[in-house]
Amino acid sequence: MTGPSMTTAPAVELRNVTLAYHTFVAVKDVSLSIRKGEFVTLLGPSGCGKTTILRSIAGLVQPTGGEISVAGRRIDNVPIHKRNIGLVFQNYALFPHKSIFDNIAFGLKYRKVEKAEIARKVKRALDMVRLPGVEKKLPSEMSGGQQQRIALARAIVIEPDVLLLDEPLSALDANLREEMRTELKIIQREVGITTIFVTHDQEEALAMSDRIVVMNKGEIEQLGTPEDVYRRPETRFVASFLGQSNLLPGRITAIADGQARVQLDGGPEIIAAAPASARAGAAVTVVVRAQKVTIGAGSKAMPGKVISASYLGGTAAYFVESGGIRLQSNATIDERVWREGEAVGITINPADCLLLDEKGDRLV
Amino acid sequence: MAANPQTAAERRAPWLLLAPSLITLVLLMILPICIMFVYSFYEFVTAGVEKHVYTTANWREFFSDSYYHMFLWKTARVAAITAILCALLGYPPAYFIAMTQYKHKWLLLLLLIVPFWISFTIRTFSWIHILGEQGVINVLLMKTGLISEPLRLLYTEGAVIMGMIHFLLPYMILNIYVSIEGIDRNLISAARTLGCTAWQAFYEVVLPLSLPGLMAGLLLCFVLAAGSYVTPDILGSTRDSLFGNVIFDTIMGQLNWPMGSALSIVLLVLLGIVAVIYSRFMGLSRVFKGLGA
Ligand SMILES: Nc1ncnc2c1ncn2[C@@H]1O[C@H](COP(=O)(O)OP(=O)(O)OP(=O)(O)O)[C@@H](O)[C@H]1O
Ligand SMILES: [Mg+2]
Repeated sequence: MTGPSMTTAPAVELRNVTLAYHTFVAVKDVSLSIRKGEFVTLLGPSGCGKTTILRSIAGLVQPTGGEISVAGRRIDNVPIHKRNIGLVFQNYALFPHKSIFDNIAFGLKYRKVEKAEIARKVKRALDMVRLPGVEKKLPSEMSGGQQQRIALARAIVIEPDVLLLDEPLSALDANLREEMRTELKIIQREVGITTIFVTHDQEEALAMSDRIVVMNKGEIEQLGTPEDVYRRPETRFVASFLGQSNLLPGRITAIADGQARVQLDGGPEIIAAAPASARAGAAVTVVVRAQKVTIGAGSKAMPGKVISASYLGGTAAYFVESGGIRLQSNATIDERVWREGEAVGITINPADCLLLDEKGDRLV
Repeated sequence: MAANPQTAAERRAPWLLLAPSLITLVLLMILPICIMFVYSFYEFVTAGVEKHVYTTANWREFFSDSYYHMFLWKTARVAAITAILCALLGYPPAYFIAMTQYKHKWLLLLLLIVPFWISFTIRTFSWIHILGEQGVINVLLMKTGLISEPLRLLYTEGAVIMGMIHFLLPYMILNIYVSIEGIDRNLISAARTLGCTAWQAFYEVVLPLSLPGLMAGLLLCFVLAAGSYVTPDILGSTRDSLFGNVIFDTIMGQLNWPMGSALSIVLLVLLGIVAVIYSRFMGLSRVFKGLGA
């Protein structure tokens, strides 16, 4: 507590960071501010620049523009080995010729920690990742999940200013991945370490993060809590990337009582909650989550026909057609499972509809 | 229940596939060596004539005459120097080729192989034009007035070692290159983020992980250098002869086949022992991993 600026400085701050490989711009004007102890996830499709952002924070690649600060200190020009950043690689990158002890002790050795202290810290780190007593083994003698934990221990033991995790769970099988997800989150809370996590698995992102940065083509599409990005997508990309949504282009024909009447292109009319900036005559895209499209026998609802049905246990996934448009519906099964070819009524609650403008941004 | 029993045909298949190599090896390697071994117990009468009676005279001569021991020792020394110099000279280019971001890496590798397109003997002779009394170096030094008489560069042990390095360096570079190429670049990045400078990361990660290739290269260069006789013949004086030249001279000069056979077996066995001890020490599987990984 040396001064107010120390306590309020974000743990990690990126200001207008741009990075180009030769002529290809991999990261475009990214600004991001992360609080101390926060768990932030970079989520986006393959090749959107997630790894590049992590590598530029670690210093493994040099941004072509912008500033990066860690713990209030500019680090763009600090050499890699003086940055004090913990990085866990997708393939773990454990040193195959060194024992588990030497792997974890590696960073401490270069921080001139004395021998007895190193031994104590390594032991504590191994306890923390629940692998006590494996000091003498070689990485090749450990399973994938165990190697994952060792890599985590190696990164955390140096008490870095920020922990960077590049798809650390993607090499694990589904069961182990879920287990490690929980464990990783517990360890992160225990240590209270600021963490940037990279994944293209949205479930992982939603489950683990304090905040999610949704990226596309090197740019930030949306930054918010898991609920924010899931329930209030700000762009067409976020709406289509997270979960399963229907994106229905159309035009607003009338607005009344806070509700907009939207004539869908080549299809029926739909009623959507009208945001303040909605104007009659504007071209819009209506976004409805597949879970919010319910089908039943109702008559006053939008009439439709089931094109395909998949029974998934508690829920069912349908494609239904209504007046020339096709809708996806993932509904819990209330009455019964509808079969292909059956005529049904489709209900969409206006409050569950979001409107995007022509550029693909959400109307507010 | 029990695992599927192999049919007789399945059990035969590997042997059938191995047969051509096995037959070639036995006929062209093992058998001639055995014949040579038998020859080493024949009695030398006069140039080109030997009596087919059993005698240990050749072997007694080898074990008692320090002339041979001196050549053996010298051969080991020259081969070791050559191998070590090859390692020192070969590591940097191997590292460079493996690490370069240059798009046309294959071109650099091709450059390594280009010398093999020219006959080994011609390549060796080319040194005469560089090191000889009328060679490039002496002429240049004399022209610039740095020396008044040509230096004796050719027909020295240095020239022999130089010639062998010329011939062996590509083998060394390729061996090291393959093992560096196989190192996960993330390991270097990991070492760097954990606090290593670029040099320390090299020492901690690249060097130890490239050791199998380096060791394989050293063994290969040592064995090839120790067995060579053309290079010392062309680039060395009689004092710079190696054990291979002694064998050559015994067989082709004195036409003493029994003694020549004994000496050949000696060289073969000694190099075999070196390879075995070396692989025990290093783990031959690790050495081969350097070649394959
Ligand atoms: N060294 C490089 N040289 C040239 N282009 C590169 C290099 N590294 C990455 N790229 C390009 O930059 C873009 C972003 O790469 P990055 O590795 O950051 O993607 P990512 O979001 O991590 O993807 P993934 O989910 O597949 O790991 C990609 O299109 C990639 O092709
Ligand atoms: Mg990546």
